[in-house]
Amino acid sequence: MTVFLAAARAELTKARTVRSTWWSLVVAAVLCVGLAVLLGRSMASSFERLPADQRENWDPAQLGFYGLLIGQIALVVFGVLLVSSEYTTGTIRASLAAVPRRGVLLGAKAVVATGIAAAVAVVVAFGTFFAAQWGLAEHGTTLAQPGVLRAVLGACAYLTLMCLFAMGVATMLRGTALSLGILIPVLFLNSQGLSNLPAIRPVTQYLPDQAGAGMMQVVTTGEGFIGHRDFGPGLAFVIMLAWVAAALVGGYVSLRARDA
Amino acid sequence: MIEVERLSKRYGSTVAVDDLSFTVRPGRVTGFLGPNGAGKSTTMRMMLGLDRPSAGRVLIDGRPYRDLAEPLRQVGALLEATAVHGGRRGHHHLRWLAQTNRIPVARVGAVLEQVGLTSVMRKRVKGFSLGMSQRLGIAAALLGDPPVLLFDEPGNGLDPEGIVWLRNLIRSLAAEGRTVLVSSHLMSEMAVTAEHLVVIGRGRLLADTTVAEFIDTFSRSHVRIATPEPERLRDVLTSAGVRVTDADDGALAAHGTDPVRVGELVAANNVVVHEIGVRSASLEEAFVRMTADVVEYREGS
Repeated sequence: MTVFLAAARAELTKARTVRSTWWSLVVAAVLCVGLAVLLGRSMASSFERLPADQRENWDPAQLGFYGLLIGQIALVVFGVLLVSSEYTTGTIRASLAAVPRRGVLLGAKAVVATGIAAAVAVVVAFGTFFAAQWGLAEHGTTLAQPGVLRAVLGACAYLTLMCLFAMGVATMLRGTALSLGILIPVLFLNSQGLSNLPAIRPVTQYLPDQAGAGMMQVVTTGEGFIGHRDFGPGLAFVIMLAWVAAALVGGYVSLRARDA
Repeated sequence: MIEVERLSKRYGSTVAVDDLSFTVRPGRVTGFLGPNGAGKSTTMRMMLGLDRPSAGRVLIDGRPYRDLAEPLRQVGALLEATAVHGGRRGHHHLRWLAQTNRIPVARVGAVLEQVGLTSVMRKRVKGFSLGMSQRLGIAAALLGDPPVLLFDEPGNGLDPEGIVWLRNLIRSLAAEGRTVLVSSHLMSEMAVTAEHLVVIGRGRLLADTTVAEFIDTFSRSHVRIATPEPERLRDVLTSAGVRVTDADDGALAAHGTDPVRVGELVAANNVVVHEIGVRSASLEEAFVRMTADVVEYREGS
């Protein structure tokens, strides 16, 4: 335990003492909250012109979270850089010489990433929610409405888990460009397109970003609508946890087996 | 003490380290010598548990590196000096290293002082010269006050003054009873720093000996004789059992003998000679000759 705590303390120092940590987290916050305001304002002015069926499925909480979809990239970058910057600079050899037990090193990194990402996620998720509702004005909602607080907490959990997922993927792939080159298209292609193609939706709905969207959903859309999923927020959370566990286990196996 | 036992490392069909065994003992500087690409760095990475051996093992004071609970307190290592995050400040790099092994943070200031980096410790590492990076790497190795130290080509990038400082530091660390292994591809530097030598080429052990013995064995000297009668002298020496080869500008080289014996043979046979002198091959030449047939990458050729 003392070995683990010492390693975690060192990981926190590592994260604090490079600028990429700070700018990626600030960019995440600014992007999410800024986009939420813009989306809220533009939706407020066009709400009346929406077709009736879309108004029925209208989820004012989720609107703000579209900002999170963009802003999460900065958190993914943070998660990737925690690991990949060690490989690109060679620091990983110093890290492994200091903490030779691979599980301890990866665990310490994961704990620190969780702590930092969760702190940022709480600020970003609530900030995004309030910003979007402020923009939406009378079309908005409040945390007191059914399911809304759960959706905002779901957003906190999703952002944190996505950061950990990115960290696990980067531990397997090692390079910054390679990791982001795979993660970002997966996050975007899916949200923007793949998940809406009926033929492959039964599969793509289980990808991390769609599970995340499920965690942040307040209004459940019916079958045939864009954004429909075969599972509710609880199962979505479990699916997301499974992705994170798979990425971290993969990272651990890679770290153990491969030369540094 | 570092024990290398039948260590091998293969990358596909390439053999980087080939059944290597040797022991590094405390209290003296052991030079780890070999041409570039001989497998020195690979061997040192396996000592630190960074690379997995294909066969064999390394024990540090009787235990594999990966089993050490707080390894920086037992082994300090400088591998590549530039393998540091350039965006991090010098003292922050040492701070996190200290925290991993619960080394008091006061040691950070102490080792920075020891390597002469106190004035630049708040600079980001990407602004460091190679020499400064090398000193930061040495500071990191000294952080845990370890009884075992590994330095991979520590002189790279240091100016002549820095080389002298490093040599004194390394020798004083060994004099304190520590186990010190220093790799180099420069024989001349090892001759003045190390007491013991482990020489490898193409991953195989070529010599495990003291520096004095190495010099005796490999820097063979010969007697150079300048004469207007080379053919007669060659016959005289050869019939006395001395091996003779051609030296530069028509002179002869007599091997396995000394000027006294050559002089007596010359006098007894009335051969005219213009010069008899001893020529020693330099250590560098001895090293090059020894490793010539196993060299993979020859520098500067």
